[in-house]
Amino acid sequence: MIEAALIGVLAGLFAGLLGIGGGALFVPALTLFLGLGQVDAEATSLLAIVPTAIVGTWRQRSYGNVRERDALLLGVLAIAGAIGGVVIANAVPERALEIMFAALQLYVAIRLARDALSTPEPVTSDTAAR
Amino acid sequence: MARMVVEPSGSAGRTARLAIIGTLAGLFSGLFGVGGGIVMVPLLIVWLGYGAREATGTSLAAIVLIAAVAAATQAGYGNVDVAKGLLVGVPAIGGVLVGTWLQQRVPQKAIALTFSVVLVGVAIRLVIG
Repeated sequence: MIEAALIGVLAGLFAGLLGIGGGALFVPALTLFLGLGQVDAEATSLLAIVPTAIVGTWRQRSYGNVRERDALLLGVLAIAGAIGGVVIANAVPERALEIMFAALQLYVAIRLARDALSTPEPVTSDTAAR
Repeated sequence: MARMVVEPSGSAGRTARLAIIGTLAGLFSGLFGVGGGIVMVPLLIVWLGYGAREATGTSLAAIVLIAAVAAATQAGYGNVDVAKGLLVGVPAIGGVLVGTWLQQRVPQKAIALTFSVVLVGVAIRLVIG
Protein backbone atom coordinates (compact mmCIF):
# COMPACT_ATOMS: atom_id res chain seq x y z
CA MET A 1 0.00 0.00 0.00
CA ILE A 2 2.54 2.56 1.18
CA GLU A 3 5.06 1.42 -1.45
CA ALA A 4 2.44 1.88 -4.17
CA ALA A 5 1.60 5.40 -2.98
CA LEU A 6 5.31 6.28 -2.84
CA ILE A 7 5.82 4.97 -6.36
CA GLY A 8 2.83 7.12 -7.31
CA VAL A 9 4.68 10.19 -6.04
CA LEU A 10 7.81 9.09 -7.90
CA ALA A 11 5.83 8.47 -11.11
CA GLY A 12 4.35 11.95 -10.90
CA LEU A 13 7.76 13.44 -10.23
CA PHE A 14 9.28 11.84 -13.34
CA ALA A 15 6.17 12.66 -15.38
CA GLY A 16 6.64 16.32 -14.52
CA LEU A 17 10.38 16.20 -15.10
CA LEU A 18 10.48 14.23 -18.34
CA GLY A 19 6.96 14.46 -19.77
CA ILE A 20 6.85 10.67 -19.66
CA GLY A 21 7.02 8.12 -16.92
CA GLY A 22 3.59 8.21 -15.37
CA GLY A 23 2.47 4.91 -16.84
CA ALA A 24 5.95 3.40 -16.98
CA LEU A 25 5.95 3.39 -13.16
CA PHE A 26 2.19 3.09 -12.47
CA VAL A 27 1.97 -0.27 -14.23
CA PRO A 28 4.78 -1.99 -12.27
CA ALA A 29 3.57 -0.37 -9.01
CA LEU A 30 0.17 -1.94 -9.60
CA THR A 31 1.49 -5.39 -10.55
CA LEU A 32 4.35 -5.69 -8.04
CA PHE A 33 2.79 -4.00 -4.98
CA LEU A 34 -0.97 -4.12 -5.45
CA GLY A 35 -1.28 -7.58 -6.96
CA LEU A 36 -2.98 -6.72 -10.25
CA GLY A 37 -2.42 -8.74 -13.43
CA GLN A 38 -0.70 -7.01 -16.37
CA VAL A 39 -3.91 -6.09 -18.25
CA ASP A 40 -5.74 -4.79 -15.16
CA ALA A 41 -2.62 -2.86 -14.15
CA GLU A 42 -2.44 -1.23 -17.59
CA ALA A 43 -6.14 -0.35 -17.49
CA THR A 44 -5.82 1.10 -13.99
CA SER A 45 -2.63 2.97 -14.90
CA LEU A 46 -4.52 4.71 -17.72
CA LEU A 47 -7.06 5.97 -15.18
CA ALA A 48 -4.28 7.20 -12.86
CA ILE A 49 -2.56 9.00 -15.76
CA VAL A 50 -5.55 11.28 -16.43
CA PRO A 51 -5.38 13.45 -13.26
CA THR A 52 -1.56 13.42 -13.35
CA ALA A 53 -1.57 14.64 -16.96
CA ILE A 54 -4.23 17.28 -16.26
CA VAL A 55 -2.19 18.81 -13.44
CA GLY A 56 1.05 18.50 -15.41
CA THR A 57 -0.54 20.21 -18.41
CA TRP A 58 -1.86 23.03 -16.24
CA ARG A 59 1.65 23.65 -14.88
CA GLN A 60 3.37 23.31 -18.28
CA ARG A 61 0.84 25.75 -19.72
CA SER A 62 1.85 28.38 -17.20
CA TYR A 63 5.43 28.03 -18.45
CA GLY A 64 4.22 28.58 -22.04
CA ASN A 65 5.12 25.04 -23.09
CA VAL A 66 1.74 23.80 -24.44
CA ARG A 67 0.58 24.29 -28.04
CA GLU A 68 -3.14 23.78 -27.50
CA ARG A 69 -4.22 23.31 -31.12
CA ASP A 70 -1.63 20.61 -31.82
CA ALA A 71 -2.35 18.89 -28.49
CA LEU A 72 -6.05 18.75 -29.31
CA LEU A 73 -5.38 17.43 -32.82
CA LEU A 74 -2.98 14.79 -31.46
CA GLY A 75 -5.51 13.70 -28.86
CA VAL A 76 -8.43 13.46 -31.27
CA LEU A 77 -6.38 11.74 -33.99
CA ALA A 78 -5.12 9.23 -31.40
CA ILE A 79 -8.58 7.91 -30.50
CA ALA A 80 -8.65 5.09 -33.08
CA GLY A 81 -5.13 3.99 -32.14
CA ALA A 82 -5.92 4.06 -28.43
CA ILE A 83 -8.99 1.88 -28.85
CA GLY A 84 -7.06 -0.46 -31.16
CA GLY A 85 -4.25 -0.74 -28.62
CA VAL A 86 -6.66 -1.65 -25.82
CA VAL A 87 -8.32 -4.30 -28.01
CA ILE A 88 -4.89 -5.84 -28.77
CA ALA A 89 -3.88 -5.72 -25.08
CA ASN A 90 -7.02 -7.69 -24.22
CA ALA A 91 -6.50 -10.18 -27.05
CA VAL A 92 -2.87 -11.27 -26.57
CA PRO A 93 -1.72 -13.67 -23.80
CA GLU A 94 -0.98 -11.75 -20.59
CA ARG A 95 2.57 -13.13 -20.28
CA ALA A 96 3.35 -11.89 -23.80
CA LEU A 97 2.06 -8.45 -22.87
CA GLU A 98 4.21 -8.51 -19.73
CA ILE A 99 7.33 -9.28 -21.75
CA MET A 100 6.49 -6.64 -24.38
CA PHE A 101 6.01 -4.13 -21.56
CA ALA A 102 9.40 -5.04 -20.07
CA ALA A 103 10.96 -4.60 -23.52
CA LEU A 104 9.34 -1.16 -23.76
CA GLN A 105 10.82 -0.26 -20.36
CA LEU A 106 14.28 -1.27 -21.56
CA TYR A 107 13.86 0.68 -24.80
CA VAL A 108 12.78 3.79 -22.90
CA ALA A 109 15.69 3.38 -20.47
CA ILE A 110 18.23 3.05 -23.28
CA ARG A 111 16.81 6.02 -25.16
CA LEU A 112 16.77 8.26 -22.11
CA ALA A 113 20.33 7.33 -21.22
CA ARG A 114 21.55 7.78 -24.79
CA ASP A 115 19.84 11.17 -25.17
CA ALA A 116 21.14 12.34 -21.80
CA LEU A 117 24.69 11.33 -22.64
CA SER A 118 24.74 12.65 -26.20
CA THR A 119 23.04 16.05 -25.92
CA PRO A 120 24.49 19.16 -24.33
CA GLU A 121 22.81 20.25 -21.08
CA PRO A 122 20.00 22.64 -22.11
CA VAL A 123 18.67 23.60 -18.68
CA THR A 124 21.02 26.43 -17.77
CA SER A 125 20.61 28.51 -20.92
CA ASP A 126 16.87 27.77 -21.12
CA THR A 127 16.27 28.84 -17.56
CA ALA A 128 18.33 31.96 -18.07
CA ALA A 129 16.21 32.91 -21.09
CA ARG A 130 13.03 32.64 -19.10
CA MET B 1 5.88 33.94 -22.27
CA ALA B 2 8.78 31.61 -22.84
CA ARG B 3 9.16 32.33 -26.56
CA MET B 4 7.29 33.17 -29.71
CA VAL B 5 6.04 30.15 -31.58
CA VAL B 6 6.29 30.28 -35.35
CA GLU B 7 3.72 27.85 -36.62
CA PRO B 8 2.90 27.07 -40.25
CA SER B 9 -0.73 26.37 -39.44
CA GLY B 10 -3.25 24.65 -41.66
CA SER B 11 -0.81 22.69 -43.80
CA ALA B 12 -2.16 19.30 -44.78
CA GLY B 13 1.28 17.70 -44.45
CA ARG B 14 1.55 18.97 -40.93
CA THR B 15 -1.85 17.58 -39.99
CA ALA B 16 -0.90 14.26 -41.57
CA ARG B 17 2.21 14.15 -39.39
CA LEU B 18 0.14 14.91 -36.30
CA ALA B 19 -2.24 12.11 -37.34
CA ILE B 20 0.61 9.61 -37.62
CA ILE B 21 2.12 10.68 -34.29
CA GLY B 22 -1.30 10.58 -32.64
CA THR B 23 -2.14 7.14 -33.99
CA LEU B 24 1.20 5.68 -32.86
CA ALA B 25 0.85 7.29 -29.42
CA GLY B 26 -2.69 5.97 -29.11
CA LEU B 27 -1.58 2.44 -29.98
CA PHE B 28 1.24 2.57 -27.43
CA SER B 29 -1.05 4.01 -24.80
CA GLY B 30 -3.77 1.42 -25.29
CA LEU B 31 -1.39 -1.52 -25.61
CA PHE B 32 0.90 -0.70 -22.68
CA GLY B 33 -1.19 1.42 -20.31
CA VAL B 34 1.13 4.40 -20.66
CA GLY B 35 0.50 7.92 -21.89
CA GLY B 36 2.31 7.70 -25.21
CA GLY B 37 4.73 10.53 -24.43
CA ILE B 38 7.64 8.26 -25.31
CA VAL B 39 6.33 8.30 -28.91
CA MET B 40 5.13 11.88 -29.11
CA VAL B 41 8.01 13.81 -27.53
CA PRO B 42 10.78 12.71 -29.94
CA LEU B 43 8.53 12.84 -33.02
CA LEU B 44 7.30 16.35 -32.21
CA ILE B 45 10.94 17.41 -31.96
CA VAL B 46 12.15 15.67 -35.11
CA TRP B 47 9.13 16.05 -37.43
CA LEU B 48 7.61 19.32 -36.30
CA GLY B 49 10.61 21.23 -34.99
CA TYR B 50 9.41 21.49 -31.40
CA GLY B 51 11.74 22.48 -28.58
CA ALA B 52 12.18 19.85 -25.85
CA ARG B 53 10.01 21.62 -23.26
CA GLU B 54 7.22 22.43 -25.74
CA ALA B 55 7.22 18.81 -26.85
CA THR B 56 6.93 17.70 -23.23
CA GLY B 57 4.12 20.16 -22.45
CA THR B 58 2.12 19.52 -25.62
CA SER B 59 2.55 15.76 -25.27
CA LEU B 60 1.26 15.90 -21.68
CA ALA B 61 -1.83 17.81 -22.85
CA ALA B 62 -2.54 15.25 -25.59
CA ILE B 63 -2.08 12.45 -23.03
CA VAL B 64 -5.07 13.74 -21.06
CA LEU B 65 -7.33 12.87 -24.01
CA ILE B 66 -5.50 9.73 -25.10
CA ALA B 67 -5.39 8.16 -21.62
CA ALA B 68 -9.04 9.09 -20.99
CA VAL B 69 -10.16 7.33 -24.19
CA ALA B 70 -7.98 4.27 -23.50
CA ALA B 71 -9.12 4.11 -19.85
CA ALA B 72 -12.77 4.30 -20.91
CA THR B 73 -12.21 1.50 -23.42
CA GLN B 74 -10.50 -0.63 -20.75
CA ALA B 75 -13.39 0.14 -18.39
CA GLY B 76 -15.66 -1.36 -21.03
CA TYR B 77 -13.74 -4.64 -20.59
CA GLY B 78 -14.18 -4.31 -16.80
CA ASN B 79 -10.41 -4.09 -16.22
CA VAL B 80 -10.12 -0.78 -14.34
CA ASP B 81 -9.61 -0.92 -10.56
CA VAL B 82 -10.71 2.57 -9.52
CA ALA B 83 -9.55 2.37 -5.87
CA LYS B 84 -6.05 1.21 -6.80
CA GLY B 85 -5.92 3.79 -9.58
CA LEU B 86 -6.59 6.50 -7.02
CA LEU B 87 -4.03 5.01 -4.65
CA VAL B 88 -1.21 5.60 -7.15
CA GLY B 89 -2.81 8.47 -9.10
CA VAL B 90 -3.55 10.88 -6.26
CA PRO B 91 0.00 10.84 -4.78
CA ALA B 92 1.25 11.34 -8.34
CA ILE B 93 -0.50 14.71 -8.49
CA GLY B 94 1.82 15.94 -5.73
CA GLY B 95 4.75 14.41 -7.58
CA VAL B 96 3.93 16.07 -10.88
CA LEU B 97 3.62 19.49 -9.23
CA VAL B 98 7.10 19.16 -7.77
CA GLY B 99 8.40 17.59 -11.01
CA THR B 100 7.28 20.40 -13.32
CA TRP B 101 8.63 22.97 -10.88
CA LEU B 102 11.96 21.15 -10.73
CA GLN B 103 12.09 20.70 -14.52
CA GLN B 104 12.61 24.43 -14.95
CA ARG B 105 15.48 24.40 -12.42
CA VAL B 106 17.58 21.23 -12.30
CA PRO B 107 19.88 19.46 -14.79
CA GLN B 108 17.81 17.06 -16.89
CA LYS B 109 20.74 14.80 -17.67
CA ALA B 110 20.99 13.44 -14.14
CA ILE B 111 17.22 12.97 -13.97
CA ALA B 112 17.04 11.08 -17.26
CA LEU B 113 19.91 8.78 -16.25
CA THR B 114 18.37 8.08 -12.83
CA PHE B 115 15.04 7.27 -14.46
CA SER B 116 16.65 4.95 -17.00
CA VAL B 117 18.30 2.98 -14.18
CA VAL B 118 14.92 2.70 -12.41
CA LEU B 119 13.30 1.39 -15.60
CA VAL B 120 15.99 -1.25 -16.19
CA GLY B 121 15.43 -2.48 -12.64
CA VAL B 122 11.67 -2.61 -13.19
CA ALA B 123 12.03 -4.46 -16.49
CA ILE B 124 14.27 -7.11 -14.93
CA ARG B 125 11.90 -7.51 -12.01
CA LEU B 126 8.89 -7.86 -14.36
CA VAL B 127 10.48 -10.62 -16.41
CA ILE B 128 11.86 -12.54 -13.42
CA GLY B 129 8.94 -11.87 -11.05
